[in-house]
Amino acid sequence: MLKGLIFDLKRFAVHDGPGIRLTVFFKGCPLKCLWCHNPEGIQAGVQVVSKENRIGSRVVACRMEEVGLSYTVDQLIKEIEKDVLFFDDSGGGVTFSGGEPMMQPDFLEAVLKRCREMEIHTAVDTSGFTTLETLKRITGLTDLFLFDIKLIDNEDHKFCTGVSNKQILTNLKWLSKQNKQVIIRFPVIPGFTDSQANINRLKQLTDRFENINHIALLPFHNIAAGKYERFGMKNTFDDEPSMNQEQLLPLKADLEAHNLKVTIGG
Amino acid sequence: MNERIQQQRKDSIDAVERISVERAELLTDFYQQQDADSYSIPVKRALAFRHILLNKTIRINQGELIVGERGTEPKATPTYPEVCLHSIEDLEVLDGREKVAFKVSDRVKTIYQERIIPFWKGKSMRDRIFREVSDEWKAAYEAGVFTEFQEQRTPGHTVLGDKIYRLGLRQFIVEIEQQIDQLDFMEDIEALDKREELTAMKIAAKTLVDFAERHAVELEKYAETEQDRQRKQELLAMAAICRKIPGEAPETYWEALQYYWFVHLGVITETNPWDSFNPGRLDQHLYPFYKKEVEAGTLTPDFAKELLQSFWVKFNNHPAPPKVGITAKESNTYTDFALINLGGLKADGSNAVNDVSYLILDVIEEMRILQPSSMIQLSKKNPDRFLKRALNIVKTGFGQPSIFNSDTIIQELVRQGKRVEDARKGGASGCVESGAFGTESYILTGYFNLTKILELTMNNGVDPLTGNQLGIATGELSSFVSFDDFMEAYQKQLQHFADIKIHGNNIIERLYAKYLPTPFLSLFIEDCIAKGKDYNAGGARYNTAYIQGVGLGSVTDSLVSLKENLFENGRVKADDLLKALNADFEGYEELQNLFCFETPKYGNDLDEADEVMQRVFEIFYNAVNGRPTTKGGRYRINLLPTTSHIYFGSMIGAMPDGRHANKPLSEGISPVQGTDRNGPGAVVKSAAKIDHIRTGGTLLNQKFTPQLMEDPEGLSRVASLVRSYFKMDGHHIQFNVVQAETLRQAQANPEDYRNLIVRVAGYSDYFVDLTEELQEEIILRTEHAEAM
Repeated sequence: MLKGLIFDLKRFAVHDGPGIRLTVFFKGCPLKCLWCHNPEGIQAGVQVVSKENRIGSRVVACRMEEVGLSYTVDQLIKEIEKDVLFFDDSGGGVTFSGGEPMMQPDFLEAVLKRCREMEIHTAVDTSGFTTLETLKRITGLTDLFLFDIKLIDNEDHKFCTGVSNKQILTNLKWLSKQNKQVIIRFPVIPGFTDSQANINRLKQLTDRFENINHIALLPFHNIAAGKYERFGMKNTFDDEPSMNQEQLLPLKADLEAHNLKVTIGG
Repeated sequence: MNERIQQQRKDSIDAVERISVERAELLTDFYQQQDADSYSIPVKRALAFRHILLNKTIRINQGELIVGERGTEPKATPTYPEVCLHSIEDLEVLDGREKVAFKVSDRVKTIYQERIIPFWKGKSMRDRIFREVSDEWKAAYEAGVFTEFQEQRTPGHTVLGDKIYRLGLRQFIVEIEQQIDQLDFMEDIEALDKREELTAMKIAAKTLVDFAERHAVELEKYAETEQDRQRKQELLAMAAICRKIPGEAPETYWEALQYYWFVHLGVITETNPWDSFNPGRLDQHLYPFYKKEVEAGTLTPDFAKELLQSFWVKFNNHPAPPKVGITAKESNTYTDFALINLGGLKADGSNAVNDVSYLILDVIEEMRILQPSSMIQLSKKNPDRFLKRALNIVKTGFGQPSIFNSDTIIQELVRQGKRVEDARKGGASGCVESGAFGTESYILTGYFNLTKILELTMNNGVDPLTGNQLGIATGELSSFVSFDDFMEAYQKQLQHFADIKIHGNNIIERLYAKYLPTPFLSLFIEDCIAKGKDYNAGGARYNTAYIQGVGLGSVTDSLVSLKENLFENGRVKADDLLKALNADFEGYEELQNLFCFETPKYGNDLDEADEVMQRVFEIFYNAVNGRPTTKGGRYRINLLPTTSHIYFGSMIGAMPDGRHANKPLSEGISPVQGTDRNGPGAVVKSAAKIDHIRTGGTLLNQKFTPQLMEDPEGLSRVASLVRSYFKMDGHHIQFNVVQAETLRQAQANPEDYRNLIVRVAGYSDYFVDLTEELQEEIILRTEHAEAM
């Protein structure tokens, strides 16, 4: 039976598209961004990590916990259905995120189909790193793409994410041609993505697509620091403080001056 | 807010709560008169009321536009020795306690010692109640199985309708005289009782007119010496109002407000009724006056607002009367639970939101004082703008207004047998109780500890705290072969205690009907005059008695744990479980981990847990709902705790949900503190699995960090969450919008946070006045922020 590996379901998500949303996190990602906020989503298989249960300051148990739960389409749809009333009242829906949802294309396609039948709004939050063929399969079933653009310079992109951005940019162009609703998500990472050169090239990129004019700025934050430790991974940004909204205001104004709609935080 | 209101607000906040002995003295003076015993009880009560109001101090505060104080000055709070008599030790506790203190002067103590205590000892309602109730009742009461509302305060729990805005008290008197004339002494065996009651009402009505007149005289005196020309004019205008109303019907907005306030004072001086008194649908009552005068140019919106602000200050000047004994944990607040209702529906079922609804929301936002409390009634017919305006106040972290579902309240009331028009004129009062305003007596009789009853069931009826056989023997835990068997035992125990509670209630109701009639309050609640019957004796059109279930989340989680871990998976044996609970999990960490972290919890939209909650609901509902009261009404259930979940928790050992001994229970229908891990949507979905329509009110508390409502999109999402919950018939939801960090700071430096008001449970209170346990609990309540 068709199954998908999911590492989290987040209800009442408010930063992953319009309205009240359920965000489904797919496990497995082809990228390895230095600043990854969901490092537990990178590896494509189930991972076992230790977890301490505390009551007050007392540890009552230490458990090994599996990260990544296998769902059938029906099982996931059942979870999605629980929140339909909230979707209806708020104009919300489901967001498929990760990891990279398009790493599990059959499962994603099947779930999107079911959502379409149930008239549930869908968003796919993607790195854009997938084959055009996969993208084509799901485009018609998806209402909104949250499309990550990190670095325009390919060498920089390779350095920071481990992969080339060529296919990503090709895919974005294709989506634009289909006249799909796309919001570009741009992580603002101090010293990596926030250089004026990169920002300028980002503006040039948006100039090429008439129908892509909404950018969501994702400020760097370090809430993932604990996760890196638990998963035994190296954290490049150990001591980097989280950014606040105010720090993003100049960039927001700059992009707005370029006739872009800019939101902070998704 | 203009300077004058700022000053009144400051004076009110700065005034020190103190005990005023004036009422107790005047009451005792009257009762000691030689001929006092020659009157019937209702007439004696009315004459005592008259004696108090004609002799008490008249107080006019600086700059105020609405006059009348219950005590000798703001926050000077009277005692009610005929209801419950404070001992000298009680007075010393009140004077010395760290929180919610009342200053007691030596003079007050001396008068109490020499006059009040000697006269009233053994005669108070509290004394009578404890003499009359059964030993079983007393044992359950002392063990924390239930509380009793009427042992220190009188039945009230009601709200004024629209009668006073149509009629002056002289018209009331005409109506009373007609009723007396029509009494049939040949056929009606109660004719004499009715005559005495109606005579008492007439005395009470006349008294309020005379009391207002005393204010007119005082205001004219002030006007004579007033230097400021504008204030002089105002004082004279106020004097004219006090000469006109309450004798005549109000014709202006100002007169309407002053009339209400005199009635309010009358009700809270006659006795110390629960939830003080309440104008209820204030926006509906004021709107016709407001519209007429604003259109005619005789009233500006600004002055209309100032009048409301001055009115607000009056509520804040009147703390809840202090209790006796150590009942601080049960309910410990200056708030007296007057809950202003805004919005909802008109009697014809159309949208009732009007300009005054918004004006009052402005007042709530600007005043930010403890009293009165406020809520919006939200119907599907009300606009989103109204809800969002309210949420914009909620997000400032002041805990008001709370949000109620009009459509559900109306269905609840209609299900209980009320006319739909009466239901639409109703709303919620106190914490969250549904009522038909102006026509219903809906008495809360006591909190009922659903979790304690589970503890007793697990121990074959024995209270592990004392070793006493408190309940019936329904079998040892190890003797049950299935969860269904166990639930049957729980049902029997619950039924047993519901019977004991209702047995006591039936006695207490009759004691109030006989010994403490309230002819003044009876004037305003229909159909007391028409029936010639007192409010306390069943005179209201509708009579309802409530028992309020507490700890729904805690009892559910514990039962789910028994079901899964003991009966279904066998992950624990009955004896080991009881040992672990007895040891408060010391040395049983694995078991506590299983209970806390590996067992489904209510509040996460998990059917396996929520279905158990539904079974508990049915058992409680069936034990109480529909049973007759002694006033011709019916028993109903509510699910609200005020702060009793803390007291009740302190009377229970460790439980199979992993909760430690003596810790607070879950409050209202909220999940156990911190166990809701699937977001606020899952919480409201679990809560909506309760059949709210079959209750008379439920309380759901949600804590949000301010960020969630910071921008319009965030606010819209919360608004749609409310709409979704209400579509599922949820009765009420309230939001505490505050950051845990702020609360920690307030705990560490209370002196810097004295003004911090948070939503507790059905009401708001100063955070620093809460007990440490309650403070901890509020901090613990899950923060449904994005980073959950």
